[in-house]
Amino acid sequence: MYGGGNLFETPKLDELRNEDPIKLKEFEDRIERGEKIEPNDWMPALYRKQLIRMIEQHAHSEIIGALPEGTWITRAPGFKRKMSLMAKVQDEVGHAQLLYSAAETLGKSREQMIDDLISGKSKYSNIFNYPTFTWADCCFISWLVDAGAIVNQTANARGSYGPYCRALDRICAEESFHLKYGHHCVIHLATGTPKQRKMMQEAIDRWWEPLMHFFGPPDKLSVHTETLVKWKVKMATNDENRQQFLDMYVPKIWELGLTIPDPNLKKNAETGLWEYTEPDWAEFKRVINGDGPCNKERLAVRRVAEERGEWVRQAMLAPQSKYVVPLA
Amino acid sequence: MNNIALKDLLYKIADDQLIIGHRNSEWTGIGPILEEDIAFSSMAQDKIGHSYAFFNVLHELGESDPDTTAFLRNAEQFHNCQFVELPIGEYDFSLVRHFLFDHSEMIRFEMLTNSSFEPISLIARKLKGEVKYHIMHANVWIKKLGTATNESIERLQKSLDEAIPFALGIFEESKYEEELANEKIFPGEIALKERWIEQISDVLKQTELQLPDLSLTEARTGGRYGRHTEYLQPLLDEMSEVIKSDPTAEW
Repeated sequence: MYGGGNLFETPKLDELRNEDPIKLKEFEDRIERGEKIEPNDWMPALYRKQLIRMIEQHAHSEIIGALPEGTWITRAPGFKRKMSLMAKVQDEVGHAQLLYSAAETLGKSREQMIDDLISGKSKYSNIFNYPTFTWADCCFISWLVDAGAIVNQTANARGSYGPYCRALDRICAEESFHLKYGHHCVIHLATGTPKQRKMMQEAIDRWWEPLMHFFGPPDKLSVHTETLVKWKVKMATNDENRQQFLDMYVPKIWELGLTIPDPNLKKNAETGLWEYTEPDWAEFKRVINGDGPCNKERLAVRRVAEERGEWVRQAMLAPQSKYVVPLA
Repeated sequence: MNNIALKDLLYKIADDQLIIGHRNSEWTGIGPILEEDIAFSSMAQDKIGHSYAFFNVLHELGESDPDTTAFLRNAEQFHNCQFVELPIGEYDFSLVRHFLFDHSEMIRFEMLTNSSFEPISLIARKLKGEVKYHIMHANVWIKKLGTATNESIERLQKSLDEAIPFALGIFEESKYEEELANEKIFPGEIALKERWIEQISDVLKQTELQLPDLSLTEARTGGRYGRHTEYLQPLLDEMSEVIKSDPTAEW
């Protein structure tokens, strides 16, 4: 699960001045022709840097994203939900593994990336800094946060870096099952008992703004990303992704008799675009910078997990171990 | 066929699988390495699936539906061994429990493939194929960590010493051992335990770990008769938190 490409650094143009202009031209021509760039191919340093940043943020989002839903595995109501949620959260951890491997092909080790996550140096999707108070919050994530992630990831899967695109293809295939599972859960709540309907509506009310944030700041406020678009690192703008999401899912939410806490939300028949109240972007910045309701808790859980697993990783590397034959 | 004996057997298997699966799922998202996080979570899913299969057989024998049976009983109505309800502890304890429990489970399923009660033998045949991989996983890790560093060996040994009395509780005999054996439903806990000791000893011999003297170890029993540690009821309260919040609802 991962939101908009909203955390790019502003590319500094002088970073490109040191590149060999002939190689840079060949590289850009290849991308223009729709070819994929592979790990051992020549690439500008800036391309490598931005991709590591993006894939790493995505991987962190998967592993941190496993926490708010994972906490409901032990409370999921009934066998069907319990087994599905276990499988779903396991998928997310599997996505992290795929993505760390894809980022490693660019030269940064998984250990370095996890260190940077824990130290707060690298970021993850902001939405996971909000708490899941009820089962309905967990269902909201499974359906609508995953839906938002699919919009973003399907776009990125057409990007230029081979290992990332291939990972995204596999991830999107799995996410489409998460979406079905999440939708099924939400339908049951939205059409269930008064208590269930109330629980679901409250979840929508709580999560709508973080979900609007999820796609990143509006294009007019976003950093200059032309180079990233040209290099097919960034495949759709934040507003394009947000519009696509609204177009696909607002009718589905309304269809269930649920309301969305934005009186200005409507589709403009002339432009074909959705109009909405801008979410509070100051709140978005504040949370990204570490001051959200769960930032400290999420990182603390990750830090403790790393510390508790340290002896296992050390033992895996121990040369005196007698048993080194791989399983298969 | 003796239905009371049969149900007693089915309940203990189903409850063991449900509770160990629930416990192991607590590792999801916080495993020592990603690959292991994924593996533990996958095996936990299998266990919950296994319990579901056995609860379905119980349902066919007239018990409530699987969700009601699994999610709405109290601790004293559970027949799982105490071993599976203990908290996950550190990874060393969870790994040792996985190793000790899953070997017993594998042998139990092998024995049940010949059960005269066909629904059990069919399930056992199917599940044996899954547990085979759980055993391979457990053996690889026990051999690896049981020979790697001083810390890993010490941790595993300490957990093994703590786990063994509870592991012996897996084989607590039921009131119906004789009926089950006579009717060729299940050959019995004593036969299972003997094979289990052989199997785990074979693996432990390949490590620096010492199996405690089992003749001097008192088994922690009671689970099969509804007597549990202080850890089971809170686990069940958590498991049923949502489903009990509106018992009339479909989730």
